[in-house]
Amino acid sequence: MKFKKLIVASSIIASSMVAQMAIAADTIKVGVLHSLSGTMAISETTLKDTVLMMIEEQNAKGGLLGKKLEPVVVDPASNWPLFAEKTRELLAKEKVDVIFGCWTSVSRKSALPVLEELNGLLFYPVQYEGEESSKNVFYTGAAPNQQAIPAVDYLMNDIGATRWVLAGTDYVYPRTTNKILEAYLKAKGVKDEDIMINYTPFGHSDWQGIVSDIKKFGSAGKKTAVVSTVNGDANIPFYKELGNQGISAEDIPVVAFSVGEEELSGFDTKPLVGHLAAWNYFQSVESDENEEFIAAWKKYIGDDKRVTNDPMEATYIGFKMWAKAVEKVGTTDVDAVEQALIGVAVPNLTGGTAVMNANHHLSKPVLIGEIQEDGQFEVVWETSDTVIGDAWSNFLPSSKNLISDWTAPVSCGNFDVKTAKCSGQNF
Amino acid sequence: MLRINALRMITMRLIVLRLAIVLLSVFVCTHTYAQDNTNQTDSSLALSNIAKQLPKAKLSKMPPLVKQLGAIKDPKSRLILESLLEGELYYERSGFAIVRAQMNDDKKYVLSYLLTDAQQQTVSKSKIKKIRTNNRLRGQIRDVLAKLDLTDPDSSVRIEALKQLIDKPNDSAIQTIKELLAEEKDEDVNHLMQVILQVQLLKTGDDQQKLAAVEILKTSLEPAVKNMLTQQLAVLPKKPTDQQQIVLKKAITDALDTIESKRQFYGVVENIFFGLSLGSVLLLAAIGLAITFGVMGVINMAHGEMIMLGAYTTYVVQLIWPHLIEYSLFIAIPLAFLVSGSVGIIIERCVIRFLKGRPLETLLATFGISLILQQLVRTVFSPLNRQVAAPEWMSGSLQINPVFSLTYNRLYIIIFSLMVFFALLTFFKKSSLGLHVRAVSQNREMARALSIKSDWVDAITFGLGSGIAGVAGVVLSQLTNVGPNLGQAYIIDSFLVVVFGGVGNLWGTLVAAMSLGSINKFLEPITGSVLANIIVLVGLVLFIQKRPKGLFPQKGRSAD
Repeated sequence: MKFKKLIVASSIIASSMVAQMAIAADTIKVGVLHSLSGTMAISETTLKDTVLMMIEEQNAKGGLLGKKLEPVVVDPASNWPLFAEKTRELLAKEKVDVIFGCWTSVSRKSALPVLEELNGLLFYPVQYEGEESSKNVFYTGAAPNQQAIPAVDYLMNDIGATRWVLAGTDYVYPRTTNKILEAYLKAKGVKDEDIMINYTPFGHSDWQGIVSDIKKFGSAGKKTAVVSTVNGDANIPFYKELGNQGISAEDIPVVAFSVGEEELSGFDTKPLVGHLAAWNYFQSVESDENEEFIAAWKKYIGDDKRVTNDPMEATYIGFKMWAKAVEKVGTTDVDAVEQALIGVAVPNLTGGTAVMNANHHLSKPVLIGEIQEDGQFEVVWETSDTVIGDAWSNFLPSSKNLISDWTAPVSCGNFDVKTAKCSGQNF
Repeated sequence: MLRINALRMITMRLIVLRLAIVLLSVFVCTHTYAQDNTNQTDSSLALSNIAKQLPKAKLSKMPPLVKQLGAIKDPKSRLILESLLEGELYYERSGFAIVRAQMNDDKKYVLSYLLTDAQQQTVSKSKIKKIRTNNRLRGQIRDVLAKLDLTDPDSSVRIEALKQLIDKPNDSAIQTIKELLAEEKDEDVNHLMQVILQVQLLKTGDDQQKLAAVEILKTSLEPAVKNMLTQQLAVLPKKPTDQQQIVLKKAITDALDTIESKRQFYGVVENIFFGLSLGSVLLLAAIGLAITFGVMGVINMAHGEMIMLGAYTTYVVQLIWPHLIEYSLFIAIPLAFLVSGSVGIIIERCVIRFLKGRPLETLLATFGISLILQQLVRTVFSPLNRQVAAPEWMSGSLQINPVFSLTYNRLYIIIFSLMVFFALLTFFKKSSLGLHVRAVSQNREMARALSIKSDWVDAITFGLGSGIAGVAGVVLSQLTNVGPNLGQAYIIDSFLVVVFGGVGNLWGTLVAAMSLGSINKFLEPITGSVLANIIVLVGLVLFIQKRPKGLFPQKGRSAD
């Protein structure tokens, strides 16, 4: 039924889009592929606004290569197959030069074949499970080794956790991340009986049984921690239930990879205080760039209460990098820009610089923050240096020997260092 | 003579002794007084010393400071620790004085000085900076405070303190508990103290003591007891030769078995509770539909949106009266009933009555209405989820024993949904309007012939069903996210419950909701929640194949 609704909604929006198509002459077209309706609208609308803000800012500076930037916004409506269609629309019909978009991995996987077929360019701004490196995609969110692995290290070394609950929403990102984490924990000597894995559907709201299981699992006398890849709005009832059943962050800390400032802004954060999140950016980090960005965002959106979050920073970095690369090569041609992007450096909002590596992933610092009562995070730990995003995890047997390098002579997203062969299967 | 002498000697000695005692007591008094004095200055000196370090200390440097604070016996140090625990410890950017800062209603901070007697004052956020804590620090503070709380006059505070200490008792805490045990009058506190001491004996005592400890502990459900027993069992050799060890091993195994079977029993009870609570949520969501779909036969796809409107009503109520969060639900319930009910009546009057007897068109029209309502909410309130606060009395749980507790919100919801159910049942059975509704649903023509205004009854019935959905929305706002998609999540479940229970039968809806909830919760631990949902759906499909009219089909001529 939901599916039908989505189709109806999206076709209405699509038809209104067609009506809007007054093509201005000689502009650079920037496609925005974020869901503006459906379950993911909560998170993705913000990123659409971020891209529009960046475009406005760039145009105020005189655009790029003497041309104005023109946004083309489409709504894939949280409907995964529709992402492929909308990508095709953007590339074939609108002939956009670059696309910023996608949130869930399944939407990216759906758009990927079209991107490769029509040689498009996508900037993907959300943390994801890795195990992918396409020539046509730049991943500005965190790979598992830039978020999940450091978080587990923190829990293990600083909190002293020895028993682990891996809880996630049932789709590709949590499943792959948990597979990597399980392999990593076992490599660190954690026994099978000390790991509990649990999956729930999207939008799960009845957490009482699962939280009670976690409570039982955590009462075995060993320090227990929950690593949560629960996505979207299912988090809020989850934390509520934790609070109601009397599990505090001191007893069983929960570290989340999908809970940021934006998600917390719709919620009474009292029961969450002390729980953790691992990201590459927090709004609370004090730096000049960050303050400027936050002020610009609040002004653009016209609401003083709006917050910034990690995927927004990833969008910001991606956009800046693309603009820099376009200026460097003097064209928006995808192949030229793709090569020029490798090695581009842009300041992080949290200080330091982000560098685009040859595997299309960024080097970024990793931060771990504790949730505060005002819905912001207090940084309790950070990596001393930036971490290079690893496209293929070293902890999975199937991808142990794989690397990605899009520079000559390798020019391959899936290169086996043992056999020195490129399989060409990039995802 | 000798005797007299001896007597005199004794009196003399007594006098001397008395004198000595008097002298001594005077000395002791002055001395303790002096000591008190030095203590006072010592502690305040140490306090101000630590207070100076607090603003600049890094998180890694904090634990020793907290330890020092805990060692100082001064109410001020306790106040500092409590403020730190609550996240209310700040320091002034100018002067570095540490203060407890609490935000008031105008987003300003009220400062109370912790070390000096300076007056309270209200400042803006920029004047002060928070002293940071993290989980480890909070845990440490709780341990420190727990030791102090052991002598608290309130027995519930003492119990909390003991619970904090039970997992990691340190020697000084054990010592304190030993001293306090004899004077402890409260039975529960006394029992918990015994448990802690026995657990300690189990760890450190000899075999004889261990055996005695096992005997006492085997009735306790505290997780710490089970863990210690398991630990001790692992320490014992596989095949003990020593007679005492054989006995001990058997005792421990038996105790673990007893504890395990008790835990399993409470596990089942807990699952029943979870099942009932999920069932009562389903019941609330579905019962409005049971009226509109079951009694009137209208397939109302906008039913979920009526629930959503109820949830948003709660949000608006809390927005208008931010001071009345505790009572917001009581205000929201009648309001939500009115809001959703009147929207329902408008829909019925404007759309549905023109589509009578055309189920497919009704379905499409109400589906369209649901999209309109969703978009309306998106435009008015934003597509983001809205924050609905839970009143104090809805949070927390009723601890029945260490392995079994009932969360208050679920408990109240079960009670509330049953109340709604029986209220509706009485309405249909006893009131004249209820009689009219039943009459119209059974035979419209006949009812009209008896001068019942069937149009009017239709509108009221639809309004009632929608209003109940609004009330369900108030309840759901306490459990899940309040967003434009809230209704979609419950519409399918609601239809399932109504169809499973048998269309047109309120009791069927009750039984269906409770059994679907319970089946789901009993499957969940075995299969995981994703598979549990699928199994329930497949089971339902098969059931409907076998009995298309549900659990309790309507009988008689009015059935078709």
